[in-house]
Amino acid sequence: MSTRAMARPTTSYVVRDSVTMLRRNLLHWLRYPSLAIMLVAQPIVFLLLFVYVFGGTLGAGLPGVPGGGDRGDYLVFITPGILIMAVASVALGTAIEVALDMTGGIIARFRTMDIAKVSVLTGHVLGAVVKTVFAVVVTLAFAVLLGYRSEAGAGSWIVALALLLLMAFALTWLTVGLGLAADSVETASNTPLFLVMLPFLSSAFVPTAAMPWGLRHFAEYQPFTPMIDSLRALTSGAEAGWDLWLAIGWCVLIAIVGYLWSKRLFTRVPTK
Amino acid sequence: MSRTTAISVAGLRKRYGDHEVLKGVDLEVPEGSVYALLGPNGAGKTTAVNICSTLLAADAGEIRVAGYDVRMQADQVRRSIGVTGQFSAIDEFHTGRENLRLMADLNHLDRGRAGTAIDELLERFELTDAAGRRAQTYSGGMKRRLDLAMTLIGSPRLIFLDEPTTGLDPRSRRELWSIVREQVADGVTVLLTTQNLDEADQLAHRVGVLDGGRIIADGTPAQLKSRVPGGHVEVQFTDAARLAQVAAVLPEATPDAESLTLRMANEGVASLRRLLDRLDDDAVAGLTVQSADLDDVFLALTGRAAETRSGSEDEMEAAR
Repeated sequence: MSTRAMARPTTSYVVRDSVTMLRRNLLHWLRYPSLAIMLVAQPIVFLLLFVYVFGGTLGAGLPGVPGGGDRGDYLVFITPGILIMAVASVALGTAIEVALDMTGGIIARFRTMDIAKVSVLTGHVLGAVVKTVFAVVVTLAFAVLLGYRSEAGAGSWIVALALLLLMAFALTWLTVGLGLAADSVETASNTPLFLVMLPFLSSAFVPTAAMPWGLRHFAEYQPFTPMIDSLRALTSGAEAGWDLWLAIGWCVLIAIVGYLWSKRLFTRVPTK
Repeated sequence: MSRTTAISVAGLRKRYGDHEVLKGVDLEVPEGSVYALLGPNGAGKTTAVNICSTLLAADAGEIRVAGYDVRMQADQVRRSIGVTGQFSAIDEFHTGRENLRLMADLNHLDRGRAGTAIDELLERFELTDAAGRRAQTYSGGMKRRLDLAMTLIGSPRLIFLDEPTTGLDPRSRRELWSIVREQVADGVTVLLTTQNLDEADQLAHRVGVLDGGRIIADGTPAQLKSRVPGGHVEVQFTDAARLAQVAAVLPEATPDAESLTLRMANEGVASLRRLLDRLDDDAVAGLTVQSADLDDVFLALTGRAAETRSGSEDEMEAAR
């Protein structure tokens, strides 16, 4: 008598099937590492670029540093933004992976099997969270190598890392949707590019006060700014306060919208 | 519905925009038998399989698979079936063994049992030596065998095979046939689609000829062949001039200048005698009387020849 013959509700397999799909996702990463390496390298390239090319000048313009800052001050200022770029970078990769997956015949096989359908997607999301941990650790290690030091305690760092993971979770559900909605892998690699652009229009690289009126308002209210500001506060040992709640709120909202959208795109029975 | 009917389809319709692909298809597949949907490219074979295997929604019709309604009870249907589609449904980045492990886990088999099942399948499908290699590196035949092994690891009672041997060399094709026969011997029901008349003849208990969205004929291979009782006669000539000479006086025969043969439907002794009367001994290199094959059937039913194998392979290339 096979186990499958026992009539158990499909929902009880959500966890088991998701773990199976996570393993599949991570195995892809190991077998085909070039995409992952490119995505992890991207924030590091930006870090080097901003610290060594622009850092001297931009550091001098930092407010609140007596006598103007230097390259080292600027490194401290942009590290939270760079960490968030690492998160966005992995999320972008997920859109590509999902779109690639959908072009393969194996998805049709999954659709004809009695599995928790959402596990095909949760495998990608959980995989992205694991990859984000890796990307954040590597990026942070690079920053430390360049001279980044933090005065924050372990408690603040734990909150900061938890926030990064929450962001990874939320942005990935969004990019899973973008990957499903894309009609080709090329489209899927373009539509999430705004995630890499948005940090430039936030408080990541310069204080928003330095921007012209219209841009300043956009930068102050877009979701990345409270995320970056609370991360900056947490990693420097300050109180994140209201920004943290705002950041968490944005993440929860993005995750819910992304999840519902992705689920709808994936589970409908196609008519063509 | 009867417990012994594995698949029952009634009034199945499917339209893509202005193009109606299936115009009311009915078919019944008894449990433990093989039903072949035979038809040229674009006849709607894959659409029918996709609907029966819950991949696609029908516009109209009542479709029950393993006793369940494909739309309302899709999960129960999925629990009973295995599908090997036209395009390889394997994970190219996984090894053969890892692909089977993935399927075992998704079928919720317990680990110990799955390990044995995987080893047995690898052995039976002659993939043991390649088990540790990425599926990317497999040949077409190996990929198809792995694909089928992945379908079978959940021990489905009903399998759908959509053009299972398209693009395979003759040896791989025969190997696949023998695997399908083993399954049927174990009581598994098979719905297969094919453009290959020989394949339907070899495997199926019942054949439905699908053309232009309708089943235009349905029966056992023998019943279908009985529609063209005599088969045909083929005469091999020694030179083209003699061939042309005979062809000129026998308008019902079809000459092939390239192979120097003349083919004529066998309509009994009188027609054979008329043919033989026209033949000179030294002009004929060979003469064969062939019983009807499904090619004759297809020609008789649709007024045109069935697609050749090379045609379907070109289409496979184009689709990649």
